[in-house]
Amino acid sequence: MSSSSALLGKRSATEPGSPVLVVEDLRTRIHTPRGDLQAVDGISFSLGRGETLGIVGESGSGKSVLGRTIMGLYTDGPVTTVTGRVTIAGKDVHALSAKELRSLWGADVGMVFQDPMTALNPVKKAGVHLTESLRRHRGMNRSQARARAEELLNLVGIPEPRRRLDQYPHELSGGMRQRVVIAMALANEPALLIADEPTTALDVTVQKQILDLLARLQGELGMAMVLISHNLGVVAGRADRVAVMYAGRVIEMADAATLFEAPHHPYTEALLAAIPRLHQPPHVRLEAIDGAPPNMIAPPVGCRFAPRCRYAQDDCSQVLPVLDPAAVDGVATPGHSFACHHPVNGGRH
Amino acid sequence: MAGSGTLHLRPEGDQILSVEELVVEFPAGGHTVHAVSGISFDVLDGETLGILGESGCGKSSAGRAVMQLPPPTSGSVRLGEDELTGLNDQAVRKRRARMQMIFQDPVSSLNPRRKVKDLVAEGPRIWGTEVTREQIESVLSAVGLEPAAVWDRRPHELSGGQCQRICIARALMLDPRVLICDEPVSSLDVSVQAQILNLLEETKKRYGLSMVFIAHDLAVVKNISDRIMVMYLGKVCEVLPAGRLADRALHPYTRLLLESVPEATPAGGSPDTGTQRFTGELPSPLNPPSGCRFRTRCPLATEECTTIEPQLREVGDGHYLACHNSGPGAAVA
Repeated sequence: MSSSSALLGKRSATEPGSPVLVVEDLRTRIHTPRGDLQAVDGISFSLGRGETLGIVGESGSGKSVLGRTIMGLYTDGPVTTVTGRVTIAGKDVHALSAKELRSLWGADVGMVFQDPMTALNPVKKAGVHLTESLRRHRGMNRSQARARAEELLNLVGIPEPRRRLDQYPHELSGGMRQRVVIAMALANEPALLIADEPTTALDVTVQKQILDLLARLQGELGMAMVLISHNLGVVAGRADRVAVMYAGRVIEMADAATLFEAPHHPYTEALLAAIPRLHQPPHVRLEAIDGAPPNMIAPPVGCRFAPRCRYAQDDCSQVLPVLDPAAVDGVATPGHSFACHHPVNGGRH
Repeated sequence: MAGSGTLHLRPEGDQILSVEELVVEFPAGGHTVHAVSGISFDVLDGETLGILGESGCGKSSAGRAVMQLPPPTSGSVRLGEDELTGLNDQAVRKRRARMQMIFQDPVSSLNPRRKVKDLVAEGPRIWGTEVTREQIESVLSAVGLEPAAVWDRRPHELSGGQCQRICIARALMLDPRVLICDEPVSSLDVSVQAQILNLLEETKKRYGLSMVFIAHDLAVVKNISDRIMVMYLGKVCEVLPAGRLADRALHPYTRLLLESVPEATPAGGSPDTGTQRFTGELPSPLNPPSGCRFRTRCPLATEECTTIEPQLREVGDGHYLACHNSGPGAAVA
C-alpha cells in the first residue's frame, strides 16, 4: 500500500509555524458537595505542528481533567467552572456552541482514552465506529466510508482489516481495540491528538507497539500530540517536552532529556528517584515520597508539595511559587521552567 | 505434559514451598483453557521468588492454585511438610493459614463496611483466637500506620496505599511463613509503590517470611526478588537470579520484555530497538501452539520448535533456560 500521508491526503487547518494548541491560564474547578475542587489551577503552554508534549503526574494531579478541558469536555456550567482560554487550530474551544464542538471533535482534535473497551460501543461493530465519523465529517457515502475504514485499520497495523470491520469490540484483543480507537481518532487527520494514558491498560510488549505506532503516525501526519501518562518511562522516549503536574499545577516543564537528567523541582527529582530501575541491583531501598498529595478542595496556601518536600523552608508554606524560566549559573536554559523557591541541581530563576 | 521441566528445583533442604507439575485448566464452553501447564518451582526459607509475565501467562492462576483457590487440576503443592492438594476443605483451610495472599486491588479486597480495627483482627477471630488491642496496634505500627488515626476508619476513607498496608497487616496477624503477593503495587502511584515495596522488604526481614511476588513490571520484580521465573502462556521460559535479569537474560521472550520496557532516562524509552522482529500477540490459551509456546512470535523459531518442547537446562549459576535456539550450546546463535 502507498504511504499513509499520501493515503490520507494532507488537509492542514493551521498555517505552518503557528501553534496548533494554545492554553492560557486554564483553570477547571469542579463543584462537589464538600466544596469546589480546583482540579486544574492556572496552566499555560502552546504546542506546534508535529510536536509532542508529555504530561506526567500521579493520580489526582489533574492531568486527565486538563486533557478533557482542552477537548472542551469540561465546560463552564453547573458542574464545572472553566476560566482561561484554549485555542485549537485557531478556534477558541470554550466559545464554541455544542454543535460547533461536535464538528471540532474528530475533525480538528482526536482523543485516545485509557480503556479501549469502554471507549468503544459494545453493540456496534468496529467498522461502524470508523464510518460514523467519516460520513459525518467528510460527507462520504456508505461504500466510500467503508473502503476508507479498511485503509485506516491497515494504517494502524491491524491484519485482515476487512474481516475486523465486521467484528464487535469483545471479539478483539485489548491491543486491537486500542488500535481501533486510534484509527477512530485519526480518521479525519486531526491537527491535534490528545492521548490520555493510551497504553496503561495494555501489556508492556503491546504498549511498545502502540507507542511506536503513535509516533510513526504522528510523524507521517504532522499532528501535534499531548501524551498524558502516569508512567515517566512512557513519555521519556516519546515527548519533545515534558510537563510535570502536581496538585493541579505544572511544577516543571522542560525538554525531555533535560527534565530526566537535571530536574530543578524537588518533586520531579523525588518522582524519578522513586522508580525502581532495571540496572539497579535487587533489594535496593527505594526513595519513597512520604505522605500523600494535598486535598484539592482546600489546598495548602504556599507550595503544594511543601508538606512532603525534604528541602522545604518557611517561605514554602507561605508563598506559592510560580512557573518561571530556569537558569543554571546565571545562564538561561531555554525551554526549561520550574516553580520552586529552593530548586535542586543548581537551578535558579 | 511437562511445563519446561524440573531441573531448576533445588535438592531437598530449606524449601518452605515446593510446587511440582502444577496444572490449572478451566472449562470454557466445551473447550479447555490451559492456564498453567505443568510448571514446577520451589521457594527456600527466607527467599523471594518473582514470577514475571504478561496478562494471560498464567502467573495469577499459578499463585491462586498454590493457595488452593481453587485447587489445581493436578500437581503437588507442599507448604513446609504439608501436602495441600488432595485434602478436604477443612484440612486445607487449617494448613493454608501459614500462607497468606496480598491482592492487586487493596480497596476491593477489604470489606467496605468494616472498620480497620476489625479488618485487622478478622483472621484470628475466624480461628476463634481473641485479639488484644495491643496486638492490633503493634501490627498497624509495623505496617507504617498510626493506629489512633485509622482505628475507626473504613476502607473508603483511606488511600490505596493505606488500604494495601491494612491488607499486609491482616496477613501478618495470622503469623504466616509465606506471603503470596499478586500484583500488590500495580494499582498504586509510583511514590506509593516505592513505600509499599520498601514495607514488604522490611516486613519480610522482620517476620522471617518467604515470598512469592507475582507482577508484570520487570523493574519492580527485580527490585524485590532473589530469583525470577519468567512465564509465557502457562509454561516457564527462564529461571534466573534477579541480579542477572537486566543484562544476562537469554530467552527471546525475556529479551522482548526487556526491550519493551520504557525507561525514564534522558535517552528515553529507546524506540525502535529492533523489537519489530517480534510480531503478533499472545495465542489463545484454548489452543496453545505445539512445541515451544513462544514460537509463533519468536524471531529465532525453527522447525524443531514446532515439534519438540524445550526443557529447562542450566546455562549459568542458578540460571535455567528453556529454549532450543538461544544460550550456550544453541543450534543457532
